[in-house]
Amino acid sequence: MPDRVLTGTRARNRRLDLGLRQAHVARIVGISGSYLNLIEHNRRRIAGKLLTDLAEVLQIDAALLSDDTTDAILSPIKEAAAAFPEAIVEDARAEELVARFPGWAALVAAQRRRITQLEERTEALSNRLAHDSQIANSLHEVISTATAIRSTASILAETPDLDREWRARFHTNIDTDSARLAQSSQALLGFLDMEMEAGDTQTESAMEVAEAELAKSGFYFPDIDAGMELRFDDVEEPSAREILRNWAKVARNDAERLPLEEFSQAARATAYDPARLAAWFNVPLNVIFRRLAHLPTDREHPLMGLAVCDAAGVVTFQKPVLDFRLPRSGAACPLWPLYQALTQPGRAIRRVVRLPGGAHTPFECFAVATPVGDVSFVAEPRITATMLVRPAKNEDTPDVVGPGCRVCTVKDCTSRRHPSLV
Amino acid sequence: MGQRVLLIEDEPNIIEAISYILSKDGWTVHTHSDGETAMEKVMQGVPDLIILDVMLPGRSGYDILRDLKAQDATADVPVMMLTARGQAKDREMAIGLGATQFMTKPFSNADVLESVRALATP
Repeated sequence: MPDRVLTGTRARNRRLDLGLRQAHVARIVGISGSYLNLIEHNRRRIAGKLLTDLAEVLQIDAALLSDDTTDAILSPIKEAAAAFPEAIVEDARAEELVARFPGWAALVAAQRRRITQLEERTEALSNRLAHDSQIANSLHEVISTATAIRSTASILAETPDLDREWRARFHTNIDTDSARLAQSSQALLGFLDMEMEAGDTQTESAMEVAEAELAKSGFYFPDIDAGMELRFDDVEEPSAREILRNWAKVARNDAERLPLEEFSQAARATAYDPARLAAWFNVPLNVIFRRLAHLPTDREHPLMGLAVCDAAGVVTFQKPVLDFRLPRSGAACPLWPLYQALTQPGRAIRRVVRLPGGAHTPFECFAVATPVGDVSFVAEPRITATMLVRPAKNEDTPDVVGPGCRVCTVKDCTSRRHPSLV
Repeated sequence: MGQRVLLIEDEPNIIEAISYILSKDGWTVHTHSDGETAMEKVMQGVPDLIILDVMLPGRSGYDILRDLKAQDATADVPVMMLTARGQAKDREMAIGLGATQFMTKPFSNADVLESVRALATP
C-alpha cells in the first residue's frame, strides 16, 4: 500500500480508468511514450502547460492532479472518517480514492469542511443563547409568568369552595399574566431573531472572547496589582489576545495611579462615590470608574459593571453586572447615559435607570466622555465614553431605558428608531 | 400558629398563589421580593423553612443561599430553591451551596406542597 499517491500515479490510474493507451495520450500532449511512462512512475515532475494538457486529455481538473490539492482533500477526508468511526471505511485506501475519483473525493472533503463550519457556528450560537443575559432574562420572564398562570389556574380548578373574592382575584391575575406571557414570549422571539441574524454574519467576536476570558477571573487579576505584565498567551484568537493585552496595560496603569489598598480604603470611606474619589486622588472620572469596576470581588466591594464605547457608539469593552449588558448585536438604546455622555464630552452624568418590564434591577449609572491620547493641532480628538454601572439603592425613581428598540416595550418613546416587535 | 415559611420571590402572582396554598395547608407565610435586603428580612425572624427564587432583583438567590449557610442562625434552615433554569449545573450549584431541595419552574402546586411538607418533617 503506498503511503502517498503522487501526481504521476494519479495520472496513470485515471488513464487506465478511461481505458486510454499510454502512447495515445503521450501523442496528444506532445511528448514521447517513454517520457509519459517516467511521469506516470513519478520519476519526472510535471507542472505548467504539460500538466494542464494532460489533465484535459484525462478529463479532470488540473488542480486535482497536483500534490498540494491532494493534501487539501485528503486531510478533510481522513477527518470525516475519524468523525464517523461507526462507518466502516477503507481507511488505508483514502489516497487511492483521491487518485481514482478526485471529483467525488473533493465533494466529500468540501462537505466535511462545511460540516465543521456549521458545527462551529452552532456551538457559537448555542454559547450565545446560554450566556446572553438578555435572552436569559426574557426566558426567565416567560417561565415565571407561565408558572404563575399554572399555579393560579390549579387553585381555581382544584378548589371548588374558593371564596368569591379570591376567585375574582385569581381570575384577574390569570388575565394579567396571560397578557404578560404573550408579550414576553414575543420579546423572546425578538431576541432570538436578533441572535440568528447576527449568527448569519459572524460567530463570536474577538471582544466576546476577551470578555469571556476576563469573566473567568471575575475581571480581577492580582498580578496586575502586583505590577506584573499579563500576556494572555494561552488565548488562541490573536485579536482577542490583543484586546486583553491592551486591557491589562490600562488596568496596570490604573493600578499604579490608584494602589489597591489605598484606593479600597478611600472607596469605602467615600461610600464608593466616584466624584469624591476623583477629587481625593486627583484623577479623571473615567479612571475612577475603571478602577472601581475592577476591584477584587472577595473584599466585599459592591458589584459594579463597566461599559466603554467609542465616538460612534460602538461598545469597545464591557463588564456585565446582574442583568446589565449592552446588546452584542443590533444597536443599543440611545437613552443609556453612556451614549448621552458622548453628546457632552467632559460633563459627568449620573442617572438611575432600569430595563422595562418585570422585576429588573434599577441601576445607578455614572458616565463621562473624555478625549483619549495626546491633543494635537492636526488630528481630531479621539473621544470615548465610560460608564460605571451598579445596582441602585431604592431611593431614586429609575428612568426606563430599553434593551434595544426591537424588543423594547416602552410606548411613545421619542428615541425609538425601529418599531417594536413586542 | 403553624410553622413559618419565608417565600423570597419577585413575581407577585407566584407569591400570591404559593402563599394561598401554603396558608391553606396551615403554614404561616411571610414574603419578600428583593434580593438585596433578603438577608435582613430573614434575620428579623428566622423562619422554619425558606423558599428562595434564584433570579431576584438586586442579588441572586445563590448569593443569598451562600450567606444563609455561612451564618450560624440560618445554616440549618432548610432552603428550597426555585429556578426557571433546570439544567444539571444549576441544580448542582444549588445543592453544592447547601440547598435542601431544588424545584424547576413551572412547577405544580402539588409538588410545592409535597416538598414543603417533606422539608418540614424533622
